[in-house]
Parts: sequence; structure tokens; C-alpha cells
Amino acid sequence: MSQARSSGRRYLKAFVSGFFVAVPVTVTALDRFAYVARVEGASMQPSLNPNGSDSDVVLLNRWSVRNFQVQRGDIVSVVSPRNPQQKIIKRVIGLEGDFIRTLGYKNRYVKVPDGHFWIEGDHHGHSLDSNSFGPVSVGLLHGRASHIIWPPHRWQRISPALPPNRGPLDTARTKTDPVCGHHSYG
Amino acid sequence: MFRSLLGKALGFVGYTIQYGCIAHCAFEYIGEFVVCSGPSMEPTIVSHDIVFSERMSRHLYKIQKGDIVIAKSPYDPTMNICKRVIGLEGDKVLTRSDIFTSHTYVPKGHVWLEGDNLRNSTDSRSYGPIPYGLIRGRVCLKLWPIHTFGPLGENPNKQIVKSCKESD
Repeated sequence: MSQARSSGRRYLKAFVSGFFVAVPVTVTALDRFAYVARVEGASMQPSLNPNGSDSDVVLLNRWSVRNFQVQRGDIVSVVSPRNPQQKIIKRVIGLEGDFIRTLGYKNRYVKVPDGHFWIEGDHHGHSLDSNSFGPVSVGLLHGRASHIIWPPHRWQRISPALPPNRGPLDTARTKTDPVCGHHSYG
Repeated sequence: MFRSLLGKALGFVGYTIQYGCIAHCAFEYIGEFVVCSGPSMEPTIVSHDIVFSERMSRHLYKIQKGDIVIAKSPYDPTMNICKRVIGLEGDKVLTRSDIFTSHTYVPKGHVWLEGDNLRNSTDSRSYGPIPYGLIRGRVCLKLWPIHTFGPLGENPNKQIVKSCKESD
């Protein structure tokens, strides 16, 4: 009887000490390094969730955004400025200082202020993004979607690419220039 | 001999990772110490004071009107600002300028911040309401200087804010 009790107590001690190691390490890893999220909704079609029925699961890289550095064309997850309990996944179209021609915003042309960026969903018209609430503060940036990890037939690395005809207006590019994923911005 | 040294090194690394993660969880979910600089919250908080800001209210979405919060600056995400919450979403805030007054509605998901030192504070009166997601924590205790140790005082300015719930 006493032997069962002492082994039970040993088991409990091992469980509690393992718990105090596993929980902080997991929470720190999720906060600082990587996060896994299921994408809901159709606002990023056809890049994410191309069929309405299946939801993609993406890997969010939190380490690469620790200094708030993002590129145009990245898919990022951001705390929603309308609802702080929700995170939205959109593509970065413009960074601070860019001039953007908007689709449905109250001003036709917008200069993105310091410390903000302009995000849009790929499926225009079905997306609650900067065209509704304006430029978003970079402090709300949560993570950068780097890979699609589920379903297995959609395993791929997500590379930054601006959609055609969406991007900052700058004097060096005209509307007829093709936009490719490797275009570098000086 | 080499194997025991390797074992000790691995053990040391393991403990460092474990305590580092516990420290991260404490600073992220319980609270952190903040050194304030700048005159915008005088007389409640003066420059070089050390305060303790707790994180739980922000994670549980329980920040209230009148709380002093630490938030990321909307124009520079690497800088933090320390101001008082004057209005929550849906409130109507009276903004007084030298010549005229006007009302602003705080949109959904945003808060209106003002410093206690109204003459010398850049706050929502210049850059507008900021999203709730930029708030980092609520200042609850002043730690230094010792003779002012304790909870922080109320808003010395009388701001007129109509809440959407009170207007019925």
C-alpha cells in the first residue's frame, strides 16, 4: 500500500515538474518563433483557401517580424484594427512613404504614413482590408506566413509576390510593366 | 571525462532555456517594469519614474476608461508611449482647441489616449484614436521614487466623454 502511494507521489512530482518545463517552452516558442494558424474565409483566394470547402493551415514565422521588417508582397497576419480579438491574414501592398491607388477607400490616392503599411486581400470585393479601414500601424503585425502546411497536396513555400496592377505608384514603373515575384525595390 | 563535461554543458543549456522561457512568460503575461521618460504624464508620472505595468488586463480585454496604459507608438512600432485612456470604442470625446471645440467618435476597436499634462503631450489629439491591439499593458503601481510608491492617481483634468451606454 505504501509502495503504491510513494510511486504515485513520484509520478505526480515528475508530471508537475515536466508540466512546468513544457508549458513555458511551448508558449515562448509560439510567441517568439512560429505559430500555426488555420485560414478562414475567402479574402485571400486564389492564393489561400482556393476551394471554399477546405481551409488551409499556414505556418506563421514570428521571428522574422521581431523588428517589424516586412517586404511588399508578403502575406502577413495582423491584429485586426476593428476587432483586437481577431487576426486577419492579408498581403502587404505598400510600405511607409508609398503612394497607393486605392480600391474603394474614401480617398482615391493615399500616401502611407510613417510606421504604417497597406494590406489587401487578393480577392478584392470579398476582403475587409486597408481599402475599408485605411493604412494599418506596423505595431499590429503578428507574423509572416511562410509555408502552407495543410492539406498535404498544397504543401508549398509562400514567396512574396505583388498581384498584377496592385502596388505602390512609383515613377520608374508604368502600368504595362509585368510584375514578377523577383522584382527588387531599391 | 569529455562525456561528463558535455553532459554538464547540455544540462546548463537546458536550464538556461527553461528559465529563459519562464522569464518570457512572466514578462509577457504577468507584468513588466517600465522606466518612463518625458513630461507628458506630469504630475501623475514624472520623467525617470519606474512603474510596473501588468499584462493580464490587456490579454483579457479589460482595459477601462481612466487607466494609464503603455502602448506601441502608432508612428514607430519600436517606441512605446505611456498615456491615459480617455475614451473607449463608441465614446464621443470632446477635443478642445484654443479657438473651438469639436467632438470625435472613437471607432470600433480603438481607444482615445491623452497625457495628463495636456499642454505638453502628443497624443490622440494629434494622431487620432489608436487601435486597441497596440496597447501593451496597464500601469498599476509606481515603484520609484520611493516616497511616491503606490497606486497612481486619478485624472487631474476633467474630460467630458459621453459613453454610448450612458446616453440612454
